[in-house]
Amino acid sequence: MSDFDHKIALVTGAGSGIGRATALVFAREGAAVACSDIDTESGEATVRMIEDLGGTASFVRADVSVGSDVEAMVQTVVERYGRLDVAHNNAGIGGLGKPIDGHSLSEFERTMAINTKGVFHGMKYQIPQMLKQGGGAIVNTSSMMGLVGLAGISAYSASKHAVVGLTRSAALEYGSKGVRINCVCPGIIRTPINQKYWDEFPEAEKEWLSIEPIGRYGEPEEVAEVVAWMASDEASFMHGHALSVDGGATAQ
Amino acid sequence: MSRLATKVALVTGGGAGLGRATCLAFAAESAAVVVADRDAEGAAGTVSLIERKGGSAVSVETDVTQASDCERMVAEATSRFGRLDFAYNNAGMGGEGLPTYETTLVHWDALMAVNLTGVFLSMKYEIPAMLETGGGAIVNTSSIRGLVSYPDLSAYTASKHAVFGLTKSAALEYADKGIRINAVCPGVVKTALVEQSYARMPGFEERSLALHPVGRFGEPEEIAATVVWLCSDEASYVAGAGLVVDGGWVAQ
Repeated sequence: MSDFDHKIALVTGAGSGIGRATALVFAREGAAVACSDIDTESGEATVRMIEDLGGTASFVRADVSVGSDVEAMVQTVVERYGRLDVAHNNAGIGGLGKPIDGHSLSEFERTMAINTKGVFHGMKYQIPQMLKQGGGAIVNTSSMMGLVGLAGISAYSASKHAVVGLTRSAALEYGSKGVRINCVCPGIIRTPINQKYWDEFPEAEKEWLSIEPIGRYGEPEEVAEVVAWMASDEASFMHGHALSVDGGATAQ
Repeated sequence: MSRLATKVALVTGGGAGLGRATCLAFAAESAAVVVADRDAEGAAGTVSLIERKGGSAVSVETDVTQASDCERMVAEATSRFGRLDFAYNNAGMGGEGLPTYETTLVHWDALMAVNLTGVFLSMKYEIPAMLETGGGAIVNTSSIRGLVSYPDLSAYTASKHAVFGLTKSAALEYADKGIRINAVCPGVVKTALVEQSYARMPGFEERSLALHPVGRFGEPEEIAATVVWLCSDEASYVAGAGLVVDGGWVAQ
């Protein structure tokens, strides 16, 4: 499928869940992968998984809510590999599991800082490098909650709706300059973020299944394949799109 | 590549444009292809293009507005190749370029019969065949006009919006039965159909190009790659979605 030989890919939130799965797919398809995460241990673990499979990867630590971290992250990638072809801005945190009057301002702001501003920071520093090279592809992680709402996760839903808007606007700015920008809207996926939520709210694990017409939750690998395809040349006319990978949830 | 070896794909409107490109893309992945088209010559042309490359294909003259024709095209797939795994319901016709009050009922009925009823009838016969072998994947051709509109194309816009609605409902019915059903929403691709429409509607081409942020029209191969990918296991959690492949048009 997607051929990433000699390409350099950057994945934020690569230490677990969808980010780790995407890093592994990029590597499988031949890319050298810069794995970024706020958590050094898990990010380095992803690097080792790639290396064990014979791929090329390295870790670069970044807190995506901090602009200078993200600037340094992109700079490090370019210093190491000479370029940046593909970026998956994926680092994020989950919902809070309480109604909006139970959300504190600081909780709301933290959600926005990581899920939305993190994507903004990512694109802000990735795009100039891609323009310098004549192009590239960016895939941001939104969510089905970027298209619809769900009781109990208003900050999360707002942050992910914002990612769709940010993606579309950025796409319009760089469409004719060779940088393709899209986002992916996963349904409910068996990620550590959701597992943590289900551990805290066990009834949610059963209840949420009724949201999925396909009758099961998605696996991180099923989102990773979509991200890699969107970043590949096969998707060359796909631009500014929010691609649902949700087992039919938002078709309802 | 042979992602789809031993699989059988059916494409309506397979004699030209997006349909022909998709037939070729399925064949390039080693699937056997049933080329359905009202234009027997066009369908035979696609078959010989596939056979010349060592692929396996058969043509079947099909008017998708006729239930008996749709039944026959599916029977052709199962009798000739033993099964039906994928269907791309793509046969369609273009708009007239007239405002709503000037649109004739004759045009409206003819267009709805092909663009909408044709998709319904195709799915009606494809789905039972797929259930027989445990599942499959269907992609219907909607359009960016299935999401947004454009003056003087009301019948076409209505038909393509309806295709998206039909796709979502059908997806919900079969998501947990192993059939993934999605739509593709292409931007303007310069097929013969579009060339004819532009010839009828002076000024459309320039205005249309200006609406594509990437600054060019799409190629049939770019839509074909999307359809084939949607049918592959890489898209295993994508159901009920409308994949927008439009160079950024509807992000605006």
